[in-house]
Amino acid sequence: MKRIITATVINQSGVMNRVTGLLMKRQFNIESISVGHTEQAGMSKMTFVVNVEDEGKLEQLLKQLQKQIDVIKVNDITDRAIVMRELALVKVVTPPSVRNEIYSIVEPFRATVVDMSKNITTFQVIGHPEKIEAFIDLMKPYGIKELTSSGVSAFVRETQKSNTEKLSI
Amino acid sequence: MKVTMKVTDVAQQEQQLRGADVLIQSLKQQGVDLIFGYPGGAVLPIYDALHKNPIRHVLARHEQGAIHAAEGYARVSGKTGVVIATSGPGATNLVTGIADAMLDSLPLVIITGQVASSVIGTDAFQEADIVGITQPITKHNYQVKDIQNLPRIIKEAFYIASTGRPGPVVIDIPKDISAEVFKTSGVGDEEVYLPGYQPTRSPNYLQIQKAIQVLSRAKKPLILAGAGILTAKATEELKEFVERYQIPVVNTLLGLGSIEGSHKLFLGMAGMHGTYTANTAICECDVLINIGARFDDRLTGNLAHFAPNAVVIHIDIDPAEIGKNVPTAIPIVADAKDALQALNQTFAGPDTGKWLEGLSDNTEKYPLFYKADKQRGILPQQAIELIHRLTKGDAIVTTDVGQHQMWAAQYYSFNHPHNWVTSGGLGTMGFGFPAAIGAQLAKPNSKVISIVGDAGFQMTLQELSLLQELRLPVKIVILNNRCLGMVRQWQETFYEERYSQSLIHVQPDFVKLAQAYDIQGYKVETMEEAEAVFTEAFNSNEPALIDCRVVQMENVYPMVAPGRGLNEMIGVSGE
Repeated sequence: MKRIITATVINQSGVMNRVTGLLMKRQFNIESISVGHTEQAGMSKMTFVVNVEDEGKLEQLLKQLQKQIDVIKVNDITDRAIVMRELALVKVVTPPSVRNEIYSIVEPFRATVVDMSKNITTFQVIGHPEKIEAFIDLMKPYGIKELTSSGVSAFVRETQKSNTEKLSI
Repeated sequence: MKVTMKVTDVAQQEQQLRGADVLIQSLKQQGVDLIFGYPGGAVLPIYDALHKNPIRHVLARHEQGAIHAAEGYARVSGKTGVVIATSGPGATNLVTGIADAMLDSLPLVIITGQVASSVIGTDAFQEADIVGITQPITKHNYQVKDIQNLPRIIKEAFYIASTGRPGPVVIDIPKDISAEVFKTSGVGDEEVYLPGYQPTRSPNYLQIQKAIQVLSRAKKPLILAGAGILTAKATEELKEFVERYQIPVVNTLLGLGSIEGSHKLFLGMAGMHGTYTANTAICECDVLINIGARFDDRLTGNLAHFAPNAVVIHIDIDPAEIGKNVPTAIPIVADAKDALQALNQTFAGPDTGKWLEGLSDNTEKYPLFYKADKQRGILPQQAIELIHRLTKGDAIVTTDVGQHQMWAAQYYSFNHPHNWVTSGGLGTMGFGFPAAIGAQLAKPNSKVISIVGDAGFQMTLQELSLLQELRLPVKIVILNNRCLGMVRQWQETFYEERYSQSLIHVQPDFVKLAQAYDIQGYKVETMEEAEAVFTEAFNSNEPALIDCRVVQMENVYPMVAPGRGLNEMIGVSGE
């Protein structure tokens, strides 16, 4: 099962290595990982998307992360009301003959053109990972020359539905 | 920062405190009075500071010897062991010991030299990324990047190593940092502030109540006592708990000594080579209370058959161990001492009379056994029993890993806690002898017997130099079966007696080897000789090495084959 986990960590050299090394050592499968500064100086926030077999493995993952000295707080936010965003840059082959057709697909996704050459257009698309995935699938038939994405960043929403269960340690 | 020194400044500079001086001062502040180490290029400033401001330093003959000695010291004294080694090969030679200390939760602070900051990452002479290498096998590690942080890092390292679930902490110090002048301005007595590290010591009240409820209704309760009890110094509390509620106890390998081996409620060690009674008790119990053990695979056997009828209560200071291997009904994150004190409040104890009767029947019918035969020579089990008899169960015993370790665990019944020093989790050959040196340094007046195999001993025998140098009366008993016993046993059992690379045909003359190090050496081949030689050696204040020739083809029994459940023991007497 896919889980979204956030970790607040002390921002010092090697902390990323520590966390990814731990996940590798314990045989956890990371789908995406992103890290960036937070509102607190010296603290960073990591967001992982991981695939775990069952609840037991998930509990181990959370506990092992929490055990790291540089990790302040770990949360599994999958089942909470969250805002989740990812950014992808996609280079698509866009010869003039299909350009209009492609633009009509791009529009509902609110993707923007960030670079252009004679036959290639680079789109930037931001949103829920599922939206990014759908966008990429639609672009595939035209030929994707290059693709890169940021990994998921996520937040818990300020207002939670009352019956959502909190899973954290 | 590079330090450039004018000739005229030398006198003045020498008055100033350098990184290395700060290190030594900080170590003294932490109460360190013994360091195990080996000098080298990158730690020259540290050894120079040590020369000016001495702390007792034991010069091992190999860094691995130094760290195993520190482990033995930590295990017996309960204090944090300190190791210093140089960069590159010095540091990588420590890796086995660091991993060993990590798996067996031993408090160590390891200081490694590193090449100068300016050349880190350039593959400089004797450079190795020891922080990267040791990251998965340390509780935490540091590289000092700014000399002003050094005092804080040392404080934190000792705090992390010795609290919660203890473990090794590495501090990597680049040579320029240990040589750099320390500016006192701006560094005060900083408190340790580690927001991401706050071990829970006190048990949750509600969880304790739940445990009491379950226990008081139990018909067949069982305690699994691990090394956590020894770390927490909770052996008195355990004894009170056991006796007040009449609950039988089994030990893990590392938990041996947490209750006297002769206690009538003690069923022996459980696991792969555990006693029939201990393993059967795990299979039959209805409540299993694990105190300070981590449900290691060598203890549990096949998890599908482990304690099938039991409600599991698990007390551990490391929350990550709870539920890791065995589903746990009542998790209690706490220090073993605090938890046992809470459990020792009076409650209606279970009626265990019938349960205990059945267990003692088992012990009577299926004890540990071996078939002594004068013609074949000394059986290793007999040798251990002899050591036990002569030392009255009061000695500190250290071992490597393998057959001799299992026999020592089975047949050396400990009267006291903290006397058993063995490599459990990592299973390190070559651990026992250097660990005995550390143990003897921790307890100069205790009898320290290092029971080792002929193969493991040869991995770290260079430390023989230390026995006369430091006047340590360690007794080394080599149970010499001229093979890698446990490897051979598995080849016999699971590989149709194909003894691939496990029989050793060429050996040094151990008696001459001992003499080369100015140590009394003995060779014994019969029980009569053994009795005489052990008695003489153990009563002497000198070190001794005894080459005790034992039967080669003896196997450790009972045994739970890998992948099998504890209910499928082979080699039980009466079969």
